[in-house]
Amino acid sequence: MSVVATMIPPQAPPPVPPKPYTLSRFVGSVALGIWLALGVGIFLTVVGGWDPEKFARYGPRFLNGLGVTLMLVGLSIVMGAILSLPIAFARMSKNRFLSWFAYGYVYFFRGTPLLAQLFLIYYGLGSFRPQLEAVGLWWFFRDAWNCAIFAFTLNTAAYQAEILRGAIESVPRGQREGADALGLPQRVAFWKIILPQAMIVALRPYGNEIILMIKGSAIVAIVTVFDLMGETRYAFSRTFDFQMYIWAAILYLIMVEILRNIWSLLEARLTRHLKR
Amino acid sequence: MSGLFAGFYSILSWIGSIVDPFCGPVGVFTWFAPGTLLACGDTGWGDDIAYGFVVTASLAIATLPVGLLIGFFIALGKQSEERTVRTAANIYTTIFRGLPELLTLFIVYYGLQILVQQLLASLGYEGPVEINAFFAGMIALGVVFSAYCSEVLLSAFKAIPHGQYEAGDALGLHRGRTMRLIILPQLVRIALPGLGNLWMALLKDTALVSVVGLTDILRQTGIAARVTKQAFEFYGVACVLFLILAMISSIVFSYLERRTKRAEMGR
Repeated sequence: MSVVATMIPPQAPPPVPPKPYTLSRFVGSVALGIWLALGVGIFLTVVGGWDPEKFARYGPRFLNGLGVTLMLVGLSIVMGAILSLPIAFARMSKNRFLSWFAYGYVYFFRGTPLLAQLFLIYYGLGSFRPQLEAVGLWWFFRDAWNCAIFAFTLNTAAYQAEILRGAIESVPRGQREGADALGLPQRVAFWKIILPQAMIVALRPYGNEIILMIKGSAIVAIVTVFDLMGETRYAFSRTFDFQMYIWAAILYLIMVEILRNIWSLLEARLTRHLKR
Repeated sequence: MSGLFAGFYSILSWIGSIVDPFCGPVGVFTWFAPGTLLACGDTGWGDDIAYGFVVTASLAIATLPVGLLIGFFIALGKQSEERTVRTAANIYTTIFRGLPELLTLFIVYYGLQILVQQLLASLGYEGPVEINAFFAGMIALGVVFSAYCSEVLLSAFKAIPHGQYEAGDALGLHRGRTMRLIILPQLVRIALPGLGNLWMALLKDTALVSVVGLTDILRQTGIAARVTKQAFEFYGVACVLFLILAMISSIVFSYLERRTKRAEMGR
């Protein structure tokens, strides 16, 4: 029997093995380096090419264009939301004619490019000028801004109707039956029970749709509406300064990122009862 | 040798002209639109629009592999253990999902032009440089597509259980072979619906390239509309052609989905 008489003195921990320099680490540093170089390069060109005169001339126009873009998107999203309600209900209705009509509408607007729809309305309806003048609608379709709002509303209504329909159909049947069992009228059951639950499902797709509309709204520049993109093209055609596109890109990125963050805050707030 | 190629090419174009669904012997415009504005040849716009249709379809088809490949690597980067790789990949998607497609296209089109011009100027060539619109469109749309594609693929990657990788290790497969033989087939099956949606978005985005002068459907119908003053008819034709493209691709995708689902039948 042997007894340990002396303790082993405390020792320093073994040295941390050096992290191997892997390929992915190399790729990561190169990729980050490229982004950093691009960022610094853009910053330097902006600083180097800074022209107070240009800024004074085109800065306010850019802000103005930003306002036009926001207004266009806001108006068409709200009006599209209103229009999407009857379409979504027509799509879900048992009447075959109604549901086919709504399906055709949605298929057309989701299957063709927004640009083609805009051309169809702006240039296409222009060839019906006598008829439109006879009905008294020519003043509306004469203006590119009105046409853009009209086309965007019709387009986003189709997408929003699909979002709404999917969300309403995702509410379990039992909820409706529960409302029936409580003796609630159909209308109350829809507004107080079905729609609130559907809206939570629809929240994320709605955010995506708004972002898609912000991005899609850039095409109105082609039909002579001076939104952010339109002002950018104007400024570029005057100065041939590539910085203009960089400014526009930064503004669009800021808009989209702000909206995305607001939306994730909103979602966290509205779904807090679903968290465990 | 060049004669052989020329002969081969003429045979190909002859076959193409026979099965041409627009202006061939059994084409739509040949049968239903002679004497109208949509007739083929010098009297109508049928053949020009058919050419635009081919350009649009080939732009989308040429963009797809570029976008898929970049998107796949970005998705791999997003689930890397290295933080720098993840950050770089996330910056990529944030930028290209946030920019309007039209702006991306302009930045690529004019930016590349300026870049190439400066490069050539430093080499001693002074002169106008013009970037091919098809090429610029392919890059811009491919970059946007890859940003969205990486998100779809990332969620598909997350749906594959970790045991699949471990099974690959247990079988002694190399990492590349695990990816190719075990992960990729499952990945395609999971990601296919999402990729189908992205393909539809890509088809619609190709219309934007008409703005920088590519002779696609919208450009050709736009020219026809301006010349003939019958804008509604021609833009209507453009919309119908895009709808046809969408229909064809939804048929193809439902076939692909059925085909990839075969493996699940037995379970």
